[in-house]
Amino acid sequence: MEQPTTPPSVVYEHAHHIDAHEELGWWRKYVFSTDHKVIGIQYAITGLLFLLFGFGLMMLMRWQLAYPGKPIPLIGPWLGQSRAPMGIMLPEFYNQLGAMHGTIMVFLGVVPLAVGGFGNFVMPLQIGAPDMAFPKINMMSYWVYYIGGVIMLASFFPTTGAAQSGWTSYTPLSVITATSGQTFWLVGMIFLITSSLLGSINFITTIVQLRAKGLSYMRLPFFVWAQFVTSFLLLLAFPPLEAAGILQLMDKVAGTSFFLPSGLVISGKPLAVAGQGNPLLWQHLFWFLAHPEVYVLILPAMGIVSEIIANNTRKPLWGYKALVYSVVFLGFMSFIVWAHHMFMTGMGTTMSAFFQTTTMIISIPSVVILTALLLSLWGASIRFTTPMLFALAFLPMFGIGGLTGLPLGLAPSDIHLHDTYYVIGHFHYVVAPGTIFALFAGIYHWFPKATGRKMNELLGKLHFWGSLVCINLVFMPMFIQGLAGMNRRMYDGGAQYAHNQGVLHWNVVQGYAAWGLGLFQIFFIINFFMSLKWGKAVDKNPWEATTLEWLAPSPPGHGNFLTEPIVYRAPYEYSVPGAAKDFSPQFEPEKA
Amino acid sequence: MNIPYTVEERPDSGLANGKLGIWLFLASEVMLFGALFSTYIILRTGATEWPHGELSVPLGALNTVLLISSSVTMVMAWAMLKLHNWGRHRLYLLATFALAGIFLVNKYFEYSDHLARGEGPSHSTFLAIYFTLTGLHGLHIVGGMVVMAYLLGPGAKLWKQNPDQFTNRIEYTGLYWHFVDLVWIFLFPVLYLL
Ligand code: HEM
Ligand SMILES: [Cu+2]
Repeated sequence: MEQPTTPPSVVYEHAHHIDAHEELGWWRKYVFSTDHKVIGIQYAITGLLFLLFGFGLMMLMRWQLAYPGKPIPLIGPWLGQSRAPMGIMLPEFYNQLGAMHGTIMVFLGVVPLAVGGFGNFVMPLQIGAPDMAFPKINMMSYWVYYIGGVIMLASFFPTTGAAQSGWTSYTPLSVITATSGQTFWLVGMIFLITSSLLGSINFITTIVQLRAKGLSYMRLPFFVWAQFVTSFLLLLAFPPLEAAGILQLMDKVAGTSFFLPSGLVISGKPLAVAGQGNPLLWQHLFWFLAHPEVYVLILPAMGIVSEIIANNTRKPLWGYKALVYSVVFLGFMSFIVWAHHMFMTGMGTTMSAFFQTTTMIISIPSVVILTALLLSLWGASIRFTTPMLFALAFLPMFGIGGLTGLPLGLAPSDIHLHDTYYVIGHFHYVVAPGTIFALFAGIYHWFPKATGRKMNELLGKLHFWGSLVCINLVFMPMFIQGLAGMNRRMYDGGAQYAHNQGVLHWNVVQGYAAWGLGLFQIFFIINFFMSLKWGKAVDKNPWEATTLEWLAPSPPGHGNFLTEPIVYRAPYEYSVPGAAKDFSPQFEPEKA
Repeated sequence: MNIPYTVEERPDSGLANGKLGIWLFLASEVMLFGALFSTYIILRTGATEWPHGELSVPLGALNTVLLISSSVTMVMAWAMLKLHNWGRHRLYLLATFALAGIFLVNKYFEYSDHLARGEGPSHSTFLAIYFTLTGLHGLHIVGGMVVMAYLLGPGAKLWKQNPDQFTNRIEYTGLYWHFVDLVWIFLFPVLYLL
């Protein structure tokens, strides 16, 4: 192994006595660990499993959409009378699948993987910290998340099933649906929110307090900036949803009517509640979180992609400062756009005008970020590694997702597109071939740091090309269907409506594409496990990268660095004229 | 392993980790109660009628006095540590704990009085807000008492090993306690007087 590049006089005292004295038992080392890397991996694996589960729910939905009323093959008979008698899906069960697919993908899959997983594992390494600022709170936030996940899963077991009012849980529908699913959902959400709050406090404190010597804010890798802004969004946007969750829970279990208006009549019977509630209030509180939440889903992805692009173009990122200012501005703006989800509620033209304007303004920093990343590719001799392929694909996919969002942000066009498959297509381009691709890129990129082995390139490329083709075949037709007026959340895929007949056949195409997408993930799963054991063993810095995580051993021990890391330069000094190598790491002094 | 700046301040931020952590936590709490107060405003402005005089102002006022006093004793508990007066510190912390306890006992009487008359949270929007907001605030009081009990009991050992760290913990608990107090200072006029 290479010699440490910092002078031996600054040898870390901690690092030594750790190895000598701290003999942790198996449970403390792998299960109830306070080490940010172990917690990061726990988050990542749990998140990946939930993604797989959410993907499975979606496969059931896609079957029903492609072949409404036909028995589900293989698993149909196992679903039981209350979900799919004789294997044929009930509408109530479709609604549960939809609501839980959305909830699980967003709150139990992507955020835990992107923030809990990558943030926890990579961020402290990139800032040269020995761990998070509050390691015990870090452990707690994982376990609180875990409990929230178990509660969400458990909600499928009662025969009345899981929540079925969409991931948005709009009132009054969610309150008056007389099943226990929604109560499980609310309690689960309160756990997940608490976990995110604990995590975000930890992240912000760590970034402010534990940066290595010489690592000023403007020398932070962009990934760290992305996590920093994300943490503020989680910290400040989640509490209002927690409040809303508590209020809805009161409506569910204590018989209050915060969100129930007076004079509500259900199946011909007046509802016996005090009334005077305000159903739109839920929407405001929900979207006050949920718009910032979409940036929580996308910013870490942008951070990952930036790291990988700089590394594989062997060039500094184009416009680092513009990237940083944009991401901070985006963070601020994301708090004042929420009601663009509510143009159809009749909230008035003044409100609409305000939220349309802010929505158009917030698209500017996103465009700046995307442009800066595109320009970074200009004139580079690109290394087309698997992580780079995923990162490259992120750019046009996120681009499509972003651009198709603009018509939704303008009330006149949104009136036509609202609640159609166009919306489903739009946000899935952002979160699936966008964020999920970036997360795969990150796994291929940092796998060697976490395990000391590289993943297989051939399997990686099969995984990439297969996924790219299939995922576009799933989501591109949704724009066509949506423009034709096909509604979302239809358990028969819209077959009952005359105006959908011309676009129904796309449901079958999407079905095949979705099974294909599932099959290509098998390459990833095989690759993952195979590489753990037989992957090519690597040293500290296999990608010849410049940021601090590549100074630590692969995998890093408890306490991370063998010597105290000191930062001498900006994060992406690739191909510096006159330098001996084409990369000048942050941890190497000027005349190295 | 030693995490830097757990006790001493980082020069460029001027903060120890815990201090920043507690401020961030309070920022999120502001958003939580902010959302709940907004709910109150929206429901109240949208209501056709709003009940008055349903709550006992003397009891509410008494509780306000109790909490403000407990904030003062909390500051004193911290100041006594700075003066290295351990005995007085214990006394003031215990007083804070006791005042919080009396607050909860009062609250219990108020609650049971309402429930005895069949006026639970489902009775009206006003009572729904009253029970939810004061209930959540009460949980915050209980949380503070748990922390104080720890610092009075097993957590007190830290004073011998690391007095600075212990003093910090009391300071952070104090910051939290002042926040809980502040929430009540909003709740009292909003629910009892207006
Ligand atoms: C990768 C493959 C994916 C496919 C094929 C897929 C497919 C679908 C389908 C068919 C619907 C239901 C449409 C309806 O009935 O209205 C849906 C809804 C949804 N999906 Fe996905 N999805 C995928 C990944 C994701 C990811 C990664 C996320 C989030 C990070 C996500 C979040 C959502 C949300 C929030 C909804 C709305 C649920 C609701 O109506 O309340 N999906 N998806
Ligand atoms: Cu939005």
